[in-house]
Amino acid sequence: MRTYLRPALAVLLLALVVWPERFSWLFAPFAPQGGPVIYSRTSLLSLSLNHLALVLIATLAATLVAVGMAILVTRPFGAAFRPLSRTVTNIGQTFPPVAVLALAVPALGFGEGPTLVALFLYGLLPIFENAIAGLSTVSPTVLDAARGIGLTRLQRLIRIELPLALPVILNGIRLSAIIALGTATIGSTVAAKTLGEVIIAGLLTNNTAFVLQGGLIVGLFAVLLYDLMVQLEQRISARLGL
Amino acid sequence: MIEIDGLSKFYDNKAAVDAVSMTVETGTITVIVGTSGSGKTTLLRMINRLETADAGEVRIHGEATDSLAPHLLRRRIGYAIQGHGLFPHYTIARNIGAVPALLGWPEDQIRARVDELLSLFSMEPAQFRDRYPAELSGGQQQRVGVARALASRPDLLLMDEPFGALDPIIRARAQDDLRRIQRALGSTILLVTHDMEEAIRLGDRIAVMDGGRLVQHGSPTGIIRNPATGFVAEMVGGVERPLRLLSLLPVADIVEPGTAPGEAIAPTTNLRDALALCLWSGRDALPVQTDDGRAARVTLKAIRAQAQGPG
Repeated sequence: MRTYLRPALAVLLLALVVWPERFSWLFAPFAPQGGPVIYSRTSLLSLSLNHLALVLIATLAATLVAVGMAILVTRPFGAAFRPLSRTVTNIGQTFPPVAVLALAVPALGFGEGPTLVALFLYGLLPIFENAIAGLSTVSPTVLDAARGIGLTRLQRLIRIELPLALPVILNGIRLSAIIALGTATIGSTVAAKTLGEVIIAGLLTNNTAFVLQGGLIVGLFAVLLYDLMVQLEQRISARLGL
Repeated sequence: MIEIDGLSKFYDNKAAVDAVSMTVETGTITVIVGTSGSGKTTLLRMINRLETADAGEVRIHGEATDSLAPHLLRRRIGYAIQGHGLFPHYTIARNIGAVPALLGWPEDQIRARVDELLSLFSMEPAQFRDRYPAELSGGQQQRVGVARALASRPDLLLMDEPFGALDPIIRARAQDDLRRIQRALGSTILLVTHDMEEAIRLGDRIAVMDGGRLVQHGSPTGIIRNPATGFVAEMVGGVERPLRLLSLLPVADIVEPGTAPGEAIAPTTNLRDALALCLWSGRDALPVQTDDGRAARVTLKAIRAQAQGPG
C-alpha cells in the first residue's frame, strides 16, 4: 500500500503548490460567499520554497550546534558541562516559539531573522538529547577495542562513535525538522515568508478555504519529509550493518 | 623477547599490581592466571598502555614501550578481548584489516592478508569477507577478533579472556585453533584467564597472580607438581591435579615394548585421554602406533606412576 501512497501524496502536494487554482472546486465550499477561494497574493510555490529553506537552515544550524555540544559533553573533559548544557537546551524547548518571536523582533527586526532564531532554539533539544544518547550507548567493548588497536581519540570519534550513533542522531534531526516545519508557520506573524501566511490570511478574513489550503500543504510536507527521513535512516542503518 | 620490569599500579594507595617482573620469550604463549581482582587484566592493559603504570617499565625487544606515543605502540601490539569488540559497522574484511590500514599498508596487501587470515581460521574468505559481525556466530566473531589482532604481524599479542564468552565446546575448539595458529605463525602471546584448565591447555609458561603479586611463573608441569603457595595449589585444583598433570604428557614419553589388545592409539595422545580409554574399556594396557611396526604399548601402571605427586 505504501508504495502507491507515497508517490500519490507527492503528486497531490506538487499539484496543490504549482496549480492551486485547479483545486477551486475542492475549497470553494469553505470560502466565504463571493470571496476568493485560492490564495493568490504570493505564489504558493515561492512560499513553500521559502518555508522549506527556513526549516533546512534552522535544522542544519541546530544539528551542527547540538551535535557539537553533545560531542563535547560526552568527552571526559566536557562531562562537567553536561547538566548545564542540558538545562540550556531544555529552556530553548520550554520557551513558546511565539514568545521567542516576540523577544527577537526588537533585536532582529521583522522577517526571516526572528523565525530562524525560534526554529533554531526549538530544534536544539531533540537533536542534542538524541546525540548524547547515541554517543553514550556505543558499546564499551567496542570502544576499548578501538583504543586497544591504536585509534587516536579523533579517529575513534569519527570512525567509530559518530557512525554508530548516527541512526539515533538522525532520529533526533527528523523530530527537530518536523517540529520546525510546523512551527515555521507562526513565523508569518512577524512577516517571514512561509506557508503560515496563507493560514493567517485565512484566519484574518474568516476564509476557511485559505486555512485549509495552507494547513494541507504544510501537513503533506510534514508527512513526506518524515517518511523520507525514516527511509534515509533505514538505509544508513543497513549500510552500517546494524 | 618481552621484559616486564617491576610494573606497578596503585589505586587509592593500594597496589592493584605490585612490582611484577617477568620475561616472555619470543614465539611462546604465556598465560596469566588469577581470580578476579588479582590484577591480571590491569597488568595486561599496562603493557599496551591502556592503563598507565605507576612504576616500572616494559621492554619489547629491548625497546621501552614508553618511548612511543600510546596509539603508535598499540598498533604494534595485537589486542583481543572477551566479547571480541568487533566494529559492528565494518565488514569482516575491514575489521581484520583495521590495523594494517592504520599502518598505511597498500590496499592489495591488506586484502591478501585478510584472506590469508580468514583461511587460517577455517573461514572461507569469499563467503565471509563482506559480511558484518552481527551476521556471524559467536565462535566466528571471536575468531575474527583474534584475526584482527594478528593482522599486522604484531611483535606481541595481548588477549584478555578471549574465550570467556564462548560455550565449552566452541571454547575448546578456539583454544586448539589458537595453539595451531600460534605454532604456525610463531607469535608471542600473553593471555589472561581465570581458568586454570585453559592455562594448562594453552600455556608454554603459566604466571599465577594473587592480590596484585606474581606468585609463581613456570612451566605447567612445574606449577602443578610444585605449587609455590597454597593459593597456587588451590588454583591447580586439589583433586584434579593428577589428571591435569597427565593431560600435559604424551603417551610417547612412557611407551614400552609389548602387546596389548584393541586398536592402537597415536603416540601424541595425552596420558589423560589414554587413562580414560583404559578405564572405559576395562583394559590394563593400550597398544601404541609406531613408525616401524614394532609392538608397543602403554600400561595403566605406567600412567599411574606419572600421575603420582611428590609426597
